[in-house]
Order: sequence, then structure tokens, then C-alpha cells
Amino acid sequence: MRTIVVVGASLAGVRAAATLRAKGFDGRLVLVGDEQHEPYDRPPLSKQFLAGEWDAGRVTLPDATPASLDVERHRGTRAVTLDVADRRVDLDDGEQIRFDGLVVATGATPRRLPSQPELPGVHVLRTLDDALALRADLERTPGRVVVVGAGFIGAEVAATCRGRGLPVTLVEALPLPLARVLGETVGRVVAAVHSDHGVDLRLGVGVEGFVGTGRVEGLRLGDGTSVRADVVVVGIGVAPTTGWLEGSGLRLADGVVCDPSCVAADGIVAAGDVARWAHPRYGSIRVEHWENAIAQGEHAAARLLAGSGPGEPFSPVPWFWSDQYDRKLQAVGRPSAGDEVVVVDGSLAERRFVALYGRDGVVQGAVGMNRPSAVVRWRDRLAEPVGWDEAVAGATPGRRG
Amino acid sequence: MRVVVDFDLCESNAICMAVAPEVFEVRDDDFLYVLDDHPDESLRDKVEEAVRRCPKQAISIEED
Repeated sequence: MRTIVVVGASLAGVRAAATLRAKGFDGRLVLVGDEQHEPYDRPPLSKQFLAGEWDAGRVTLPDATPASLDVERHRGTRAVTLDVADRRVDLDDGEQIRFDGLVVATGATPRRLPSQPELPGVHVLRTLDDALALRADLERTPGRVVVVGAGFIGAEVAATCRGRGLPVTLVEALPLPLARVLGETVGRVVAAVHSDHGVDLRLGVGVEGFVGTGRVEGLRLGDGTSVRADVVVVGIGVAPTTGWLEGSGLRLADGVVCDPSCVAADGIVAAGDVARWAHPRYGSIRVEHWENAIAQGEHAAARLLAGSGPGEPFSPVPWFWSDQYDRKLQAVGRPSAGDEVVVVDGSLAERRFVALYGRDGVVQGAVGMNRPSAVVRWRDRLAEPVGWDEAVAGATPGRRG
Repeated sequence: MRVVVDFDLCESNAICMAVAPEVFEVRDDDFLYVLDDHPDESLRDKVEEAVRRCPKQAISIEED
């Protein structure tokens, strides 16, 4: 291969580029990203950066930076078209790049509410520019923050804003925070944690509309009430950034569809939030977590260099964490809201526990709060299927919370 | 090589333990213990992976 193009210059793309070099690829390596900043780390944006503890220079990516990778860097440049047959990527500055290998790592884009206006004071949080704008607004307008969506980003933003001493309302369409992924048992604990920290929780209620003309002044909610807002942060999830791949010939279905080894087409791999692949154990999945972006970026790059053939499947046990106040949530595997949940370690009452998630007689995942070592041990165990009965047999009923 | 952990940054996410249990252990007290701060060269790949995977970028390697 003479030319490899990596589209997407965040964690998955940068890890892919670094892996290509580490594995001896010495051809032309092109790294395209639509942001002006050097690659940076996203998790601190909703935590230390938003809190004002870290500045932008501290939000750097670990290990390799583009300068050390000998890459041809296109900053602030968007890939607009992929032609699979012609092996060509077109950029929004008019440049066309022919490639022998391509890594698709364009990540995801925040979803917006149908009623969401372009109005000062209304924010999303995905990029460093988003975080800079939100932080500046919180400093300029230190009033009530309304967070729409109690998923991981929303819950972290609510916690950080409370840490800044700001009054916070958290609006969630589901009955509990994090309920879509973690279900009700853990969701209730998370709700109590936020409530104890003074968050005004509005659960099971949607947003009808925004109030304000020159600047946001509040929200109208689905239950007929209103809430005053000085700053609004909408955190209702993300959608994979695949618009530029429409008509390319790649199969798209809530992400770029890949085989078990992350190959989307001959000489084309995908990694990170944008990639949907056939996990040998979990089936067709897409994972939006930090550590997966690293591991999949590395795997996809190695896969690209390995050439044709079936390739090594990418079969991690997913892991992620979320920090809210002094609580650290961590999850491994594929827990989901419909699973049976049993606390096997600690208790919900002390907010320090491990809960197992089971379905079809098999442990699907484990979720811990302030139990990092136990969660990691479950990750090891879940590398192979673990029977549900066997797993919960060790749990003391009195300690199930 | 010498393994250095910045304990002001470390939040005991325990990913290092998953990658290199010979070197890192997060115990039940939720603190990270470095079991071997001069690990054998045969563990270099694992330690480097732990450096890359640490969510807090709290681990580094210094050459002796």
C-alpha cells in the first residue's frame, strides 16, 4: 500500500494512524479532520474542562500526536464524498485523494431536539469548541442550567454544573436517568445521587419547546409545566457521522456496517463511534465509548495492513466509565435495560456495588458504582460466556441491596 | 524501564490492571498499587498498552 487515508482525527483515527506507523507502514499517511484543533481527549470536556479545573492545553490525546507520526494533516477539512470503486476521497476544500487503504473514523454527531432552535444559550457538548462555548457561557451567565437528557453526557454535565455551584434542572423523557442503558435498578440510585446533590429532576417528561427570542429563557415541558433557564445543554445522544458516505457503496445502517474484523469493503476499515461490526458474541453492535475507540482504531489499522482474507475478529468485552460527583460508574459487557439485575457485591443503599445483568441464562454485563477492581475482574470473567445461575449463586441474598 | 504513576491523576479506573495484572493492582480499598515498578522487558508491550489505555493518562514509563 502506498497511500492510506484516515478520515476522522479524534481518538479512533489517531490511534489507527499511530498503529499503522508502529506496524511499519512507511507510505503516505493522510489524516483528515473537520476540527481546527490538534486531536484532543473528549472525556474531560464534560468533567475537568467544564469544571474549569483544566484548560484546553491539558485536554490532549495520549501517546502519539500527528506531529510525531509523519502524517499529511488536513485540519478543519471535511471529507464530503467517498468513491469506493475509484478508491477516492473528496474533501470540502476541493482536494481529491486517491488511496490504497482507508480508515473511516468520523465519529458521531449530537442529536438535536425537533424543537431545538439556533438560539444563544442553547448548547450541545461533543467537541472542544462546544465545550469552550458552554464554559464561557456558564462563566458569563451563571444562572440556572437546564440539561435535557439524563444519559451519560447529560448526567455528567449536571454533576459538573452543580460542582460549579450552579442551580441545575435535569429533564429526561424516561422515568429515570441512564435508564435506556442501565435500567431502573441502577437508574434509581443515580437519580438519588443527583437529587441529594440538589438537582431538580424532571423525569418522564419531554420537551415541548423553547422560550426566548434573543436568548434562551426557558423550556416548555410535556407535562404542561415550564422551567426557567439561563443556559440549556441538550444531551440526547449521538448519531454516527455517515452523511458523507451516502451513495459511496458502503453499507450504512446506524453506522458503517463491517465484518467481524472491522472491514467495510476491500481495503476499507472503520473504527470508533461510526463503526457497526459483527461482534462474534454480541452480534451487530456499535460502541460509543472511549476505550473502544482506542482498541478498535488499533485493530482496524492492523487489519488493513494484513490485507485480504478473513482477518482476526474484533471481540472485546466493552468497558466504559462515567464520573458524577464522587461516584464512579463503570460497566462491562453489554448490559441493557430489559435484563434481570442482581447486586452481587456491596449494596445499592451504600451506593457502592456491583450489579450483574442477565438475559437468556447468560451474564450480559456488570455495572459497578465505586467498585473499579471488582468491575475489571468481571471483565476478565466475561471474556468467556458465564452462566447466570452460576454467577448469582455466589451472591449473598442479604447483600443484594 | 521504570513505571511511574501520577497518583494525583489516578482515579483507579483499573484498566491498567486488566491489561497488565503483573504490574498493576487495584485492591478492594479502591487504590492502585504498583506491584513492580521495574518490570521485566518482556512486559513492555503490556505496560505501554496500559499507558495508552489509562483514561486519566496517569501512567508513564521512564527509561533507567
